Formats: sequence, structure tokens, C-alpha cells
Amino acid sequence: MPEFAELSECVYGCDPAGVDEVLHKERLSLEDLGVLLSPEAGERLPAMAERSAGITAARFGRTIQIYAPLYLSSFCGNRCLYCGFSAENKIERRVLSLEEAEQEALILAGRGIDHLLLVAGEAPARMGVEYLANLAERLRGSFASLSIEVQPLSEDEYRRLFLAGITSVAVYQETYDRKVYEKVHLSGPKSDMAYRLATPARVAGAGMREVGIGALLGLADWRLEGLALGMHLAWLRHRFWRTALTVSFPRMRPAAGGFAPMVNVGERELAQLIFALRIFDPDVGLVLSTREEARLRDGMIGLGPTRYSAGSCTAPGGYSEPGRDGEQFAIGDLRTIDEVCSAIRERDFDPVLKDWDPVFQQMQGGEKVAA
Amino acid sequence: MLTIAGQEIRSRLLIGTGKFSSPRVMAEAIAASGSQMVTVALRRVDLNDPGDDIMSVLDREKYMFLPNTSGARDAVEAIRLARMARASGGGEWLKLEVTPDPRTLLPDPVETLKATEVLVAEGFKVLPYMNADPILALKLQDAGAAAVMPLGSPIGTNQGILTRFQVAIIIDQARVPVIVDAGLGAPSHAAEAMEMGADAVLVNTAVAVAVDPVRMARAFALAVEAGREAFEAGLGRRRGEAEASSPESGLGFLK
Repeated sequence: MPEFAELSECVYGCDPAGVDEVLHKERLSLEDLGVLLSPEAGERLPAMAERSAGITAARFGRTIQIYAPLYLSSFCGNRCLYCGFSAENKIERRVLSLEEAEQEALILAGRGIDHLLLVAGEAPARMGVEYLANLAERLRGSFASLSIEVQPLSEDEYRRLFLAGITSVAVYQETYDRKVYEKVHLSGPKSDMAYRLATPARVAGAGMREVGIGALLGLADWRLEGLALGMHLAWLRHRFWRTALTVSFPRMRPAAGGFAPMVNVGERELAQLIFALRIFDPDVGLVLSTREEARLRDGMIGLGPTRYSAGSCTAPGGYSEPGRDGEQFAIGDLRTIDEVCSAIRERDFDPVLKDWDPVFQQMQGGEKVAA
Repeated sequence: MLTIAGQEIRSRLLIGTGKFSSPRVMAEAIAASGSQMVTVALRRVDLNDPGDDIMSVLDREKYMFLPNTSGARDAVEAIRLARMARASGGGEWLKLEVTPDPRTLLPDPVETLKATEVLVAEGFKVLPYMNADPILALKLQDAGAAAVMPLGSPIGTNQGILTRFQVAIIIDQARVPVIVDAGLGAPSHAAEAMEMGADAVLVNTAVAVAVDPVRMARAFALAVEAGREAFEAGLGRRRGEAEASSPESGLGFLK
């Protein structure tokens, strides 16, 4: 990954006529992505939206896949300026027992959730691979797919979790700007930027079906983050052609610690970033979570995103005990799963609750193929 | 009348059930298409659940379901999925899809052939999705495939029959029905496949994402009918060699 400042010339100082040229291209280079992230392209947002919508419809149809996060633990050994779980924040912390986690998961299953994302802060002593593997084995029969968003692990650990029933892994770089990364990650394992950057490759190398990447929008120049994301995507595609890829667009939300965004990323900017990445990579799954308000999420249906979380709570145990303290960040879209699905249907899109099957990952290893 | 594995099928248009804006629109579009055979992704439906959003709106008496193994990366996964489907009451019919690259969804020829051999031996009626490779088509037929399903162009691209030359060879050599699958983005593409002599076509994206999927389904039905009619009426073939207009033409002087 080049230094952040080196990416500037791809994004700033574009010829406005070049934007239309890129919008009509069949296949885009990284330089073309830079053009779509430029201020000049921001003036052509409707045209970008139209192209993005067309590509999304052709590749994904009129569907939005639904998932929900399940927060397992708010313990964290990292000191990160922007995060509610940061070690120095005085919040009520909790790690769910396996039984409690299963109970929370079954509440979500009862609400129709079939794709579950397991989330935790970084505290391996309290919640490590053993815990995740045991939980996956308990839950795998009840869900179409299980994903994790936890601390970076080794390739062998990911392999173990894949065999236990984990389908995919999300690991967000937060920022690709080395200087900013060092500034906001004060201590803890997460302060090792290179190890985190290499994590998606370990995930893919372990045979996971899918890896999700993303940048936390609000830390550094979003245009350059977008180009870095595109580079990361292209690199992963090139080396791990069997692995499906997704990109998430978490914008900073109010959280314990009161950290203010270092860079403002407005809705038009977020939309431009989403459209640019969709046009650059027609096949990548794009995730828009409940960090964003209902109005924005409803408006974006059909324009690029393919996956929405719904009915989310970011505090461990929050589904069993609504209103619990100890959330990672404040939710922007407070609607229930049913309400989100209804809003999607009202826009003539199908909220897809099941688009995978645990059978794909049963009986791995030593299986007989012979008749 | 099209016959696949002994089963007579009136409509030569097969419809996929993915990507629609709602199960209701999907059901209306399929009804308008006149199709009798619809594909369903095993990853997407629960064959055991009478309330499943897709299965519940399609009349099992009216349609033949062709479960597909979409999402399988290799033969092992496809075989496992097929066995699960049969155990869940999905029957013997199977559209075999082995697509290790989640981006292009192009089929893996080696794993597809391997899975076909195993599944045919287990009694499945296998219709493999394949790249338009004439030799692979022959091998799949030898392995007992009930039909072959060469792609026109990659799934969801709407590019039409970019593999025309190879598909023509497959049709010429076929001992089982040839169903052109994937990439058919317009009714004219479907008509072209039928004019070439394909036995049927499978369409999904072009119908599902149309502004009016029901009318588009009807358009495809008309195109398939017209293309087949033209083929049966003896459309002039365009081949890379000269052909006399009749076998005896110009040879009347011979005793």
C-alpha cells in the first residue's frame, strides 16, 4: 500500500471531461476509480447513481440481503480514540457466556434473521478462538451463515473457525492513512497497522467464503480512503479469486469518549464513495449498516448497496435486555427488522433473509465424494 | 415437444427465480412466461418450509422445480447440496452449478464433470451448467447428463450469445437436449439460440430486473416460440462451408 499522500494526484486535479469518459467505460482501472472519487465527479452524482444502479441491478437484481449483528463482548485491550469500547472509556463491560450468546442469537432467529454477524472487542483472554468455535458449533444449525467481526487472527485460527461453521470475516482497516492510524490507535494489538492490513489475506488464505473490508469514515480524507479500498480490493481479487468480497462504509457515530470526527463525510460524499466503488467493482457486496439513518438507507435502496443490517443493538446482551448500557456506538436506524424489510418492499425490492446454507460447510475434510 | 430424461416439457423457456423484486412479481412473471420448469437456488430456499417465500407462491402441481447448487465451489459441496436437497424432498432433478469464482460465476469444468459422474451414479437427473466447450459437452453426455447447459455469456451480463460458434458445435453434436443458459439479456438473444437449434433457454436476470418483469417474461416466451418455429421451418443455416440447396441439386444428369 503506497503512502496516503501519494494517492492524492489520482484524485485531485482531474479533467471534468474525464469523469464522463470513465462513466462510459466497460472496465475500470484504479486510475479511473480515482477520477470517480474526485471533486469533479461529485458534480456528476446523478450520472454516477444511474450507472451504479444499473450495474447493481444486473449483478444482484432487485434484492437486499438482511443480516443482524450480535455483540458478544465489550472488553477491549486497545486504546482507540474513536471507539466506545476503547480500554480507557468508563463503560459497563460485559462478555456473554456461550449460553447467553446462544439465547441472544435465538432471539434474532425468532425475528427472522438467518445471517448473523458476531462482533466483539479485542480481548482474547476473555473471548478467543475457542469461544468463537464453540459458539459457531452451537449456532451453525440455526443460521444460514455466521460471520465474525473480531480481533485479527492467524490463518490457522481462521481455518479452525471455518471448519466450526464461520462463513465470512469482516475486518476493517479503519484508515489506510498511516499517519492518522498511528495517531488514533494509541496502544494495544490494533496499533500494529501492517498486521491488520494483512488480515484479509489470511482470511482468504484460510478458505473463508467471504471477507469484508472497510474504512471508518471520519478519520482521514474519504476520497483517498476510497482509492485505498479499491487498491485493497483489486489486490485481494488478484490473489484470492475464490473469495467473495464486501466493502462496508461505517461513518463515525456518537460513542463513549466523545471523539469528534477528524474529517466530515456528508451524505453526498458517502453516496459518491459507494457509487464509485460499485462502478469500479461490479461484483463486490456493499454493506450499509444501521449506523446510517432510515431516510438515507431507504433512499440508497437500488443505487449500490446490497446488504443491510436491521434491528441492531451494539451492546452485549442488548437483545435480551433492550436499553442496556455499554453500546459501541449509537444506532442511526432504530427500526425493527420487520420495518426495515417493509421499507425495502415498498421500494419494490426483495429483502432476502436467507441466501446461504449451512450445508455448504458441513462435514469438511475426509468427506467421501464417491457414489 | 421437448423431452428431458423422459419427461415431456411443453415450454422451451426455463425461468430462474432469483433477483426479483418480490415473490409475487416472480410468480406473475413465471406465469406470463408459460414456463413449466423453474430453477430455485438451494442456498436461497428451504424445501422443507411450506411458508418459504419463494416455494410458497409457486404451484408444485403446475411447475417442475429444478433445484440448483448455486454457490458450490467444488464437486464435494455440490454433491453434498444435491444429497441434502433430495433428502428434503427435492427429488432427482438437479441443475448442477459449480462456480468457484464468486465474481464471474463461471463454471469449473473439472469439478462439474466429477460431480456429474457421482450424481448420475446416485440416480440424479443432472443438468450441468457449463462453459461452451464442445468436448466437455461430449464428456458430460458420456457421463450421463440429462441435458447440457452451455452459457451464452457470463451470468447476469446480458451480453447474448458470445459463444455462438462453440454453442453451434455443441448443438450439432448433442445426444441430449441443449439448453442455452446465462447471459441472454434480450428476447432477440433467446430467439437466436432457438434459431440455432438449441432445445431450450434459461433466463433469469433479464426478466427479473426489467422495468416490467411480467411483460418481459411474455416477450421472452414469444421470442422462444418464434425462434423454435423458425428453426423447425428450416431456417437457412449459416455455416463455414458451402452447402447445396438440396442433396441432388445439379446432379440430375447422373444415372
